[in-house]
Amino acid sequence: MIELKVNDVPRSFDGEPDMPLLWYLRDMLALTGTKFGCGMALCGACTVHQNGKAIRSCVTTMQRAAGSDIRTIEYLGVNGLHPVQKAWMEVNVPQCGYCQSGQIMQAVALLAQKPKPTDDDIDNIMSGNICRCGTYQRIRAAIKAAAGERP
Amino acid sequence: MNPLIDVSRRSFLQGLLSAGALVLSVRFGAENLWAAEAVAGSRADESVLHPSVYLGVDTDGTVYIIAHRSEMGTTSRTSLPLVLADELDADWSRVKVQQAIGDPRYGSQDTDGSHSIREFYEPMRQGGATARLMLIRAAAQQWGVPEAECTTDLHVVIHKASGKKASYGDLATAAAKLPVPKKEELKFKPQSAWRYVGKGQTSYDLADICTGKAQFGMDARIEGMVYASIERPPVLGGKLKSYDDKAPLQVKGVRQTLTIDTFTPPHHFQPLGGIAVIADNTWSAMKGRKKLNPVWDNGPHAVYNSDQYKKELQETARKPAKAARNQGDVDSAFAQGGKVIEAEYYVPHLAHASMEPPVALADYREGKVTVWASTQNPQAVQEVISEKLGVPKEAVTCHVPLLGGGFGRKSKPDYAAEAAILSKALGRPVKVVWSREDDICFDYYHTVSAMYMKASLGADGLPTAWLQRSVFPSIGSTFNVNGIAAGAGELQQGWTDLPFHVPNIRAENSGAAAHLRIGWLRSVANIYHAFAAQSFADECAHAAGRDSLDYLLALIGPPRIVDIKKSVPDYPNYGGSLEAYPIDTARYRRVIELVAEKSGWGKQKPGKGQGMGIAVHRSFLTYVATVVRVEVNDQGELRIPRVDTAVDAGLVVNPEATRSQFEGAAVFGTSLARFGEITATNGVVDQSNFDTYPVTRMNEAPSQTNVYIVESSAPPAGVGEPGVPPFAPALCNAIFAATGKRVRELPLSRSNLGA
Repeated sequence: MIELKVNDVPRSFDGEPDMPLLWYLRDMLALTGTKFGCGMALCGACTVHQNGKAIRSCVTTMQRAAGSDIRTIEYLGVNGLHPVQKAWMEVNVPQCGYCQSGQIMQAVALLAQKPKPTDDDIDNIMSGNICRCGTYQRIRAAIKAAAGERP
Repeated sequence: MNPLIDVSRRSFLQGLLSAGALVLSVRFGAENLWAAEAVAGSRADESVLHPSVYLGVDTDGTVYIIAHRSEMGTTSRTSLPLVLADELDADWSRVKVQQAIGDPRYGSQDTDGSHSIREFYEPMRQGGATARLMLIRAAAQQWGVPEAECTTDLHVVIHKASGKKASYGDLATAAAKLPVPKKEELKFKPQSAWRYVGKGQTSYDLADICTGKAQFGMDARIEGMVYASIERPPVLGGKLKSYDDKAPLQVKGVRQTLTIDTFTPPHHFQPLGGIAVIADNTWSAMKGRKKLNPVWDNGPHAVYNSDQYKKELQETARKPAKAARNQGDVDSAFAQGGKVIEAEYYVPHLAHASMEPPVALADYREGKVTVWASTQNPQAVQEVISEKLGVPKEAVTCHVPLLGGGFGRKSKPDYAAEAAILSKALGRPVKVVWSREDDICFDYYHTVSAMYMKASLGADGLPTAWLQRSVFPSIGSTFNVNGIAAGAGELQQGWTDLPFHVPNIRAENSGAAAHLRIGWLRSVANIYHAFAAQSFADECAHAAGRDSLDYLLALIGPPRIVDIKKSVPDYPNYGGSLEAYPIDTARYRRVIELVAEKSGWGKQKPGKGQGMGIAVHRSFLTYVATVVRVEVNDQGELRIPRVDTAVDAGLVVNPEATRSQFEGAAVFGTSLARFGEITATNGVVDQSNFDTYPVTRMNEAPSQTNVYIVESSAPPAGVGEPGVPPFAPALCNAIFAATGKRVRELPLSRSNLGA
């Protein structure tokens, strides 16, 4: 039995320990805000927080998630919108929106580490998250807005 | 079709019947009774005042507006309802947008070809104006004042002289009793009174997207559903010989395996066939699938090797072909001499790779099918499931959640048919989830093309003759086993419509046999045609020793309407009339001049390894000029510090969404120019995920894209696709300016740009 916390709720899982966290969240807990994009940690659509760090849930097995504190996009705005979500809306980042949960979770993790990121910091951290609609310019602007800088 | 007149239940009701429910069944008749029942669930339909299929007004003042087009990021689900809300003088905060199921009442729901606004701007305006007039009439009758003295202001009807006011909600019941006015009676708001059109709004779904609540096709779930992952024939048309389900069935969560027959050609939107692994969750299905050990009969397309095929296309492009446009006499002009230049271009197959892979959930019960599909075309979902399952189209209800991107792939609903076939076989709801590998290996690919160009330059450096020849397997091959020759719909896209002021022009084309499924990808044939024509224009400028931008303006020539019908007998003009949407060189000139000014063209001397390139293109009736700046270092590494794009799309409903589309198009263009390439070995696609089919990441994208929208009252045109075609040639022209290296084959990852 694997024990973990998801969005502050204690959970136990008795399935195959090699199941990726992504499918546990989506298929078993119906937390569908976290998206499937590639299954190989290449696109970042499945990004969630494990003990406060951004991880790719599509390659994180339940075994490796055991005992940890997992937070998803659904938790982020639970006590009112997170500043990153607010910035995303102000800048009107999304087009189709499918990758944006992962982008937002990655950006939140970035700002937690570097409250005033440079362009290079943003490039380095955010280049793991693909947006096929091409909203990168607005993602960058929203991160800067959330950091209190006007782009 | 005029949806307002054809489908209003009240205009139908006049003199016939009195009860609403009964009217519905009469309206649709026996042939379509089910559709009437199904759509009766829509709140717009159920609203008290419902003068058009596109809206309803309820007594609490809520305005329900139907979004009948699919939302994949172009904001059509917001922008079309905005048009209606504006003409209704409605308060946008009191509008609820409802997504339509697939239903012929709405007209075409195939959300591609950049025509949502173009085709439905007028019906939406009419819907809003109709409801507004009915509300005004109801108020005027209640107050005993002339209708002409009443006006509206944000959800309220007002009679100024008496100071009387009534809200839309309070008037809805009375308005619903009035006859639906004829189109001729409608009074449209003057442009000065527009609240939303031309000003725009963020997406209706913005907050839901940013909080993870938005429901995409991938997120559909219903009670009792199982998950399927399908192993498909690796070669198009291949058939299953054998497989072993012992190992898959040992995977925890796997329930069973099932086969789907390979299609009978043409493949159209039919499933490819294969083996479905059915499981309790997505991951078990995917894991079980890896243990199937299938053996395939690959069939005739196993001969396809893309390297060899490329050589054949290029050989064909060097030989004379059928003329799709013939103006003047290029042969005589070439015979007269002048400076002759020739060049060949090549663009490979491309995959769509939307972030959400194809996905559909289907529930078959007693001859009826309910589907939730990430689809650009719910009516095509109805059609293909009807064909494959032998049920009437009306027995298929297709719900359309948000799409995680589409780019043309999701107009082809083979995956929805897979889900329906499996649900019928299993007797329970089935969700078919494509992996990224499935998405890239089994796409309806953007076609592969070779182009040959030849021009003869006169004493002034401008061409006296221009010959262009393209060769590619046609989209027609998807619909017709003999579909070798390109259609007029493909050739109009940047080929037969060449706007250059050159006396002798011939545009030729040869077909080629297809070995993969060919489909349309964002801007379609414009991609390779614009790449060749706009790169070659730059080559001519260089050969003439002229500035690229000045030369491009000279090629476009004086402001005029191109008499395209004279030299191109079959010119579809994207379905738009040439009267409303002529090929207007003044509009080409305007976007070039605007982008020249805004980009600072020619103002600064470029540093080492820096350059600017320009391209102009009209597609989907929209004119776009793009200037790209590049920096290339000695190692050949490329940076794109800035892109400037000028757009003339006629009347623009949602400028904010339009800017987003063109920013995105620059990134999409970067992907196809830098990295996009699908190849095949023995009929099997070589790429499979973002490691082998890279798309642009943030650090590879243009650092800054500036979009300038030309103010225009011309009829609205497309904005989703037209930003893509000029990007690759502008980029490659910039690389030439920076390095002296002319790129004639995409992707750039195949070229060494280093010193």
